[in-house]
Amino acid sequence: MAKRSYQKTPITEQAPAERIHNFLEVTHGYTLAEGKLEASRCLQCKDAPCIQNCPVMIDIPGFIQAIKEDDLEKAYTIIHQYSNLPAICGRVCPQEKQCEAVCRLGRSKKFEPVAIGKLERLVADWALEQPTEVTPCPLDRGKVAVIGSGPSSLTVAGDLCQLGYQATVFEALHQPGGVLSYGIPEFRLPKKIVAKEIEKIKSLGVEIKTNVAVGKTIDMDEILAEYDACYIAVGAGAPKFMGVPGSGFKGVYSASEFLTRINLMHGYEFPKVATPIKKHQHVAVIGGGNVAMDAARSAKRLGAEQVTVIYRRSEEELPARREEYLHSLEEGIEYLWLTSPVEYLADEEGNIEKIRCIQMELGEPDEQGRRRPKEIPGSEFEVAADEVIEAIGQGANRILLDTFPELAVSSRGYIQTKEASCATNIPGVFAGGDIVTGAATVILAMGAGKLAAKEIDDYIQKKSREGSLL
Amino acid sequence: MFTISQCRKLSENEFEFWVEAPLVAKKAKPGQFVILRINEVGERIPLTIVDCNEQFGTIHLIFQVIGKSTAELAQLKNGDQLHDLLGPLGKPTAIKNYGHVLLVGGGVGIAALYPIIKGLKQAGNRVVTILGAKTKELVILQEECRKYSDQLIIMTDDGSLGRKGLVTDAMKAVFEFEKINHTWAVGPSMMMKFCTLTAENYHVPIFVSLNPIMIDGTGMCGGCRVTIADSVKFACIDGPEFLGSEVNWDEFIMRLGQYRKEEAVAFETYQKQVKEFG
Repeated sequence: MAKRSYQKTPITEQAPAERIHNFLEVTHGYTLAEGKLEASRCLQCKDAPCIQNCPVMIDIPGFIQAIKEDDLEKAYTIIHQYSNLPAICGRVCPQEKQCEAVCRLGRSKKFEPVAIGKLERLVADWALEQPTEVTPCPLDRGKVAVIGSGPSSLTVAGDLCQLGYQATVFEALHQPGGVLSYGIPEFRLPKKIVAKEIEKIKSLGVEIKTNVAVGKTIDMDEILAEYDACYIAVGAGAPKFMGVPGSGFKGVYSASEFLTRINLMHGYEFPKVATPIKKHQHVAVIGGGNVAMDAARSAKRLGAEQVTVIYRRSEEELPARREEYLHSLEEGIEYLWLTSPVEYLADEEGNIEKIRCIQMELGEPDEQGRRRPKEIPGSEFEVAADEVIEAIGQGANRILLDTFPELAVSSRGYIQTKEASCATNIPGVFAGGDIVTGAATVILAMGAGKLAAKEIDDYIQKKSREGSLL
Repeated sequence: MFTISQCRKLSENEFEFWVEAPLVAKKAKPGQFVILRINEVGERIPLTIVDCNEQFGTIHLIFQVIGKSTAELAQLKNGDQLHDLLGPLGKPTAIKNYGHVLLVGGGVGIAALYPIIKGLKQAGNRVVTILGAKTKELVILQEECRKYSDQLIIMTDDGSLGRKGLVTDAMKAVFEFEKINHTWAVGPSMMMKFCTLTAENYHVPIFVSLNPIMIDGTGMCGGCRVTIADSVKFACIDGPEFLGSEVNWDEFIMRLGQYRKEEAVAFETYQKQVKEFG
């Protein structure tokens, strides 16, 4: 056998100069030959640490072995036992903090970890091209309502159908997918892929009802009366604003609005589509997470001359995925580290012109271990900007919670669940994903969905056993 | 898909629909709205729910043609379908017995005022209503409003119906004449601003129904944010009704104009298409 390469098998990408003019996917997938080459780097550890560090515990060495053996069907069967959305996770998971972080190969000197994410993507993309074999299984074990249609919901609904439950998903927007549809841009996660993954889940028997806002269109009382159990995964989609003076000026957006206009409404195709999006020259994005990266790179693709990310900590603390940060640098996104806005300034018509910023320095680590930024008095300076996109985080959406006060929530407004479970204080009502944890990752939301499907199954079976004893 | 069961032209630029949306019809309360999308390339636009028929599962919508989407909507016929419709959204009007109430509606805002008039009358209030429009053709829902009003005053800019003048002139006359416990104003932003100033002069609390730019309508984007008593609120979930005296009117009116250029481009492109392809 050939010697293992130190580096991951290189993957082809759209060149930066080309891709900043389009919304097409940046990273091309591995070819089968490339995938097999990469698969051969895996050490096939017995007690594989990568499995332990995957939130849904995919049998990683197992599917990688199948790729090596040229059997993508087997590889997909293995992955699918654990994940309902592999084409999505292969693309958007922060593998460097999860499976790939603990890869034994990567731990040894000079070697990079196995490109687990890219291999998962190879298998999943292959599977999406195969005809879907429909295996109708009777859905006669009970009815479960799933509220929200993001990754956590899609996972729980898919798993419940496979267990024989009739799962109905309620989505407020006109399109299912949650953050996969309105948040993560096309150049990272093609909507065609999202649509295909959702079709696969629907083929299991999941019913998705769009244009239904639970708490408004129908109430929790009605849900609880009609269904044996329900799973709430409405995400953390309510944008936060800095609250600095001038936030109301024209040209100041939340990243949620900016990205929704682009991803869900396809504003970049205006006027072919009806939703407009403003094209600005000097765009400033406030924040340092994945949402900030997505917004900055989208602004570049809309044609902005200069896009600057303003982050209050330094490069070291940047919470965004490393891969996306490096992509953003290649695309010419600029960074102002240790900087925070204090005021937005506008012209006479209310169009934003400048941002007054202040320089920060890092103090003691906070509870998450990141060094806390604090302002340096007297260090204010101005940055020219005709658009500001605030990407400083999201909170709990209140539409459902406000109309369901019986449900216990934390002081931060997130649903409280029993330790290491998805059960809420109300029997039969389960919750998971960002509405429990606060804004986190797709794969953690999916992990919660996996767990919830088991707990919901147990709950309904226990209830029906008790019922039959009466 | 949501079927249009009845449509009618109300005036040169104003149209009404009854749309089959049983879940919405069952839940809607005065002051609430829907977000709809005409087709797959359509934008999401908010419209107030004017009335509901729970038995037929239909909701009543009234709109004025002001741009591309409303022009496209006006082309639809009985039996046509709307691609998406979400609702009822927003907080309902605080309907209760206030005693003596004054309701002011301007232009197409009369459509949004009507369910509030009806609700307040049914809650036992003595209702005085002022309807204002440019000309008599634009005074919509006159008979419906009259049915639930103890007194109905009509004001037109040209004097073609009722009295010539502004709704605020009529408001002053009412305030001079009788004790009003609470007032509402729904209409163009400038009208609501001046209604607020008038009510403030007479120390009468006033509710207004704000109509900012919206996208999702569920609190997910903050596009509809307004400054109310110096704090940021989202009109789609915290409103659309707010105390007029707490609204930052200058900021609100400025933000309404954000997409004026794009709106014009969209409308022109659409009109050209209609010309070319009939």
